[in-house]
Amino acid sequence: MSAFYILIGISIPIAAGFLIAFLVSAKNGQFDDDYTPSIRMLMDDPKPQDVNPDIKDNTTTK
Amino acid sequence: MAVAISIEDKKQTILEKEEVLCFHCGETCPDINNIADEKHFCCDGCKAVYLMLSENGLCSYYEIDDSKGISPKLAKSDEKFAYLDEVATVRSLLSFENETEAHVTFSLPQMHCSSCVWLLEHLYKLNPGIVRSQTDFIRKNVSVVYEKEKTSLRRVVELLATLGYEPAFNYEDLGAKKATNPNRQRIYRLTVAGFCFGNIMMLSFPEYLSNGDVDPSMLRMFSYASLLLSLPVLIYSGGEFFVSGWQGVKARFINIDLPLSLSLAITFVRSLYEILSGTGMGYLDSMSGIIFFMLVGRFFQAKTHINLQFDRDFRSFFPISVNKKSDGVEKSIPLANLSIKDRIIIRSQELIPADAVLISGDARIDYSFVTGESKPEHIGIGKVVYAGGRQTSGMLELEVVREVEQSHLTQLWNKENKKKYVSKMDNFVDRLGRQFGAFLILLSIGSFIFWYPTDPARGMHALTTILIVACPCALLLSATFTHASIISILGKNGAFIRKADVLEKTGLSKHIVWDKTGTITTKLEQDIEFNGASLDLDSSMLIARLASQSNHPLSKAITSYFQSKGISAEGGEVKNFEEIPGDGTSAQINGCDIKIGSAAFVNAEYVSTKETRVYISINNTQKGYFSFGAGFRPQLKEVLNDLSKGGYHFSILSGDKSADRETLKEQFDNSTPMYFGQSPSEKLDYITSLQEKGEEVIMVGDGLNDAGALLKSDVGIAISDDVNNFTPACDIIIEGKSFGNFHKLVRLIKASKKIVIASFILSLMYNVVGLGYAVRGELSPVLAAILMPMSTISIILFTTGVSRVWAMSLGLVIRRN
Repeated sequence: MSAFYILIGISIPIAAGFLIAFLVSAKNGQFDDDYTPSIRMLMDDPKPQDVNPDIKDNTTTK
Repeated sequence: MAVAISIEDKKQTILEKEEVLCFHCGETCPDINNIADEKHFCCDGCKAVYLMLSENGLCSYYEIDDSKGISPKLAKSDEKFAYLDEVATVRSLLSFENETEAHVTFSLPQMHCSSCVWLLEHLYKLNPGIVRSQTDFIRKNVSVVYEKEKTSLRRVVELLATLGYEPAFNYEDLGAKKATNPNRQRIYRLTVAGFCFGNIMMLSFPEYLSNGDVDPSMLRMFSYASLLLSLPVLIYSGGEFFVSGWQGVKARFINIDLPLSLSLAITFVRSLYEILSGTGMGYLDSMSGIIFFMLVGRFFQAKTHINLQFDRDFRSFFPISVNKKSDGVEKSIPLANLSIKDRIIIRSQELIPADAVLISGDARIDYSFVTGESKPEHIGIGKVVYAGGRQTSGMLELEVVREVEQSHLTQLWNKENKKKYVSKMDNFVDRLGRQFGAFLILLSIGSFIFWYPTDPARGMHALTTILIVACPCALLLSATFTHASIISILGKNGAFIRKADVLEKTGLSKHIVWDKTGTITTKLEQDIEFNGASLDLDSSMLIARLASQSNHPLSKAITSYFQSKGISAEGGEVKNFEEIPGDGTSAQINGCDIKIGSAAFVNAEYVSTKETRVYISINNTQKGYFSFGAGFRPQLKEVLNDLSKGGYHFSILSGDKSADRETLKEQFDNSTPMYFGQSPSEKLDYITSLQEKGEEVIMVGDGLNDAGALLKSDVGIAISDDVNNFTPACDIIIEGKSFGNFHKLVRLIKASKKIVIASFILSLMYNVVGLGYAVRGELSPVLAAILMPMSTISIILFTTGVSRVWAMSLGLVIRRN
C-alpha cells in the first residue's frame, strides 16, 4: 500500500507539470484564436513556376 | 450606331443569354463587355482587384473557397485616409512601435471565408513594406507588421480598402488601447479548476468504492492532498462567484451567484472541519466539480458573445477624424480634439460630426439618419447644420457651435438611457434565480433548525447537502445554454442579439411599433419606374451618362436603374454640365441637349402628385418621367399576418409625409394606429406613452432617425440592409434579406423562455429526488456528487437539442449554408 504514497507523490507533480505547460502556452496566445489555424494549414504557397499572371486549369489561359 | 431597340428589348436579349457572373465577386454582370483575361467583371473595382492579384501571382485566392471576393466600393476620395498621416492618430492606433517597424491590428468586418484569410495573410506580396500579416477569423481582425521606412499606416489602410476590406475604425480605438485578451483569464481559471477537480476525484475514489477496508492513514493523506488541491479552485477559479455574490449583497440583490457562493463556502467549511477533525473526507470533489462546470458554462457563453459585441455608442457612426481649417491651412484632427469655434471642412458624402453653422458652400444635407427623409435639405449660409446629417453636394466650410458630446443626437440618445439599464438587470433568470436561491437558503436553514435539537450531526448534514444537491447552477445553466444555442441559431439566420437578456425581454412584449422608411420599405433604388414612351438605347445611354455625373440620391437611383437594365453610363463627352440645386441637371452629350429634373426645369406640365418625379427632356422634347415610391418588403404581409395570429398588435411611426397612408392600409389592419411626420423625439415620446400604459414595446426601426425610440423601447430591433453599417441604439439587428423570417425569429426568441422553463423543470426533477432525501439528512454525499454533474450534463444536451429541433420546425436553418 505504501506504493501509493510514492505513486501519488510522482503523479501529481507530473500532472502539475502539464498544467503549467498548458498555462504557459495559453499565456503565449496559442489559444486566443482556435479557428483560423485550421484554415491556414490547408493553404499552399504557390509553387515557384506558378508565380505568373494566369490561373491554371479552371479557365482558359491567354 | 443608331440602333433603336427599346430598353425592354435590350433587357430581354440579356436575359435570354446565360447570366454572366463576375469572376471576382460573383454578382451578376450588368455589362457583359467588361472583360479582362477573358473573365467577366461586374465593375471596374472588381477588375482592378483581379488585375492586381494576378500581377502578383495571387490568383489562387479564387481557388481556395467557393466564396468570392468582395466588390470594392468605387470612387473613394484620395484624401479619405489623410488623417492616417497625422502622427497623433497613427500613434493611438498602433499597438507596438520601434524605430524600424510598427504593429497594428485592424478590425475587418468584411472577412467572410478562407480566401479572405489567404489573401490577407499574403499582403506582403502586394506591399513589400509589410513584413507579416496574421488574421483572426473569429474576431474578424488582422494584425499587420510593417516597416516604417518602406510604407506607412495610410498606405496599408489604402491597400486594404482597395481590396474591399476597409478597416472599421471606432471612435474608441483612438485613445484607450484594448487590454489583454480577457478570454485568457477564463482559460486559466478553467484549466486550474479542471486539473484540481480531476485529481480530487481520483483521490476520492478509494473512499467511495472501498467500503471502509482502506488504510485510514492513507485516506487521511488523500484528504489532505484534496484539501491542498481545492484551495486554488476555491480561491482562484471560484473567486469570481464570491466577488459577484458579494456585489449582489452590497446592492441588496440576491443574484444567482449568492446561493452558489454560500453553498461553496458552507461545503468548504464543512469539508475543512471533517478533514481536520478526522471524521470524514469532506465534499471537496463536489465543490470543485460545481466550480468547474460553472466555468465551462460561462466559457461557452463568453465564446458566443465574442462575435456579438455591439457598440451601443452612436459615435461609431461618425468619421473618426475631421478636417480642421486654421490659418487657411487644412489639417485633419481626431474628432475628440474638435472644439467650439473650430472651422471644419466637410466634403460630399461625409457625415457632419457636430452641430455647426454654415460659413460657405452649397449645403444639401441628407438627414435620413436623423429624420428618415432622404431628400436632401437645402441650408442657407449662416444657418445651423446638425450632427448626423450627410453632405450630398460640394465642399462645405462650417464653424462648430456645439461640442460632439453636446449635439442634439447625443442628447436624444442619452435621454432616459440609465433607466433602461437598471430595468434590464432585473431579468427573467435573476428573478427565478433569486426566488430559487432564497427558497434554498430558507429550506436548508429550516431543516437545520428542525434536526438540530434531536440530532445535531444530521442537521449539519441536511444544511449542506441541500445546498450541494439542489445547487442553483442547474437553473443558471439552463438559461445560459439555451440562450447560447438560440443566439447562435439566430446568428445563422441573419439576426444578431446584443445581449442574452434581450431574449427574455422580447418574449414579454405584445406590441410592435414599426418605423416605415427603410424598415418595412426597401431602398429607393428598388422602387423606381419609368413612365412615358419607351426609350431607345441611345436616349437611355444619354440619360444614364448624365445621371451618373451627379451625386444626388435621385440621380444615383436613376443610374443604378439603368445599370440593372444593362445600359452603360460610359462613353460620350459631357459638355456644359450644370447642376441647379433643387431643380435638376443639364448637359450636352454627343451633341444632344439633355435635362433631367423637376417639371418646371424641363418645361413639362406640372401635375400635383404625392410621389417624387424626375422629368426627362432631350433636345427640348419631353420623354416622360421617373417616379419613385416607397416599396414594401416583399414578405411584409406574411410576416404581419403571422405576428398578429401570435397575438401581437402594431403601430406605425413614420418620419415621412402621409403620402403612403393608403398603401400602408393594404398591408396593415385598419385599426392600426399610424403617425406621420414624426420627429425622433416624437417617436421616443410615443414609445414612452405606451410604456406608461404598462405595455412592453418592441420597436422595429432602421437607424439614427429612430435611435431614441429604439433605445427607449423594451427591445429595439434594427432592420439593416448592410450589417456592417449597424445601428448603435438597438438590441437586435436583423439583416434586410432575412426580413421574411422576422416572425419565425420572434417565435424562436419567445420559445427560449419555454425551453428555459422546461429545462429548469427537468433539472428540478433530478434535484427534487435528492432534495427529498437531503431534507431528511439521509442523502449520501456520493449520490449528491453524482447527481449534480449528471443533471448539469443532461441540461446541456436537452437545451441545445430542443432549441435546434424548435428552430427546424419553424423552418429556420441550424447550420451555415
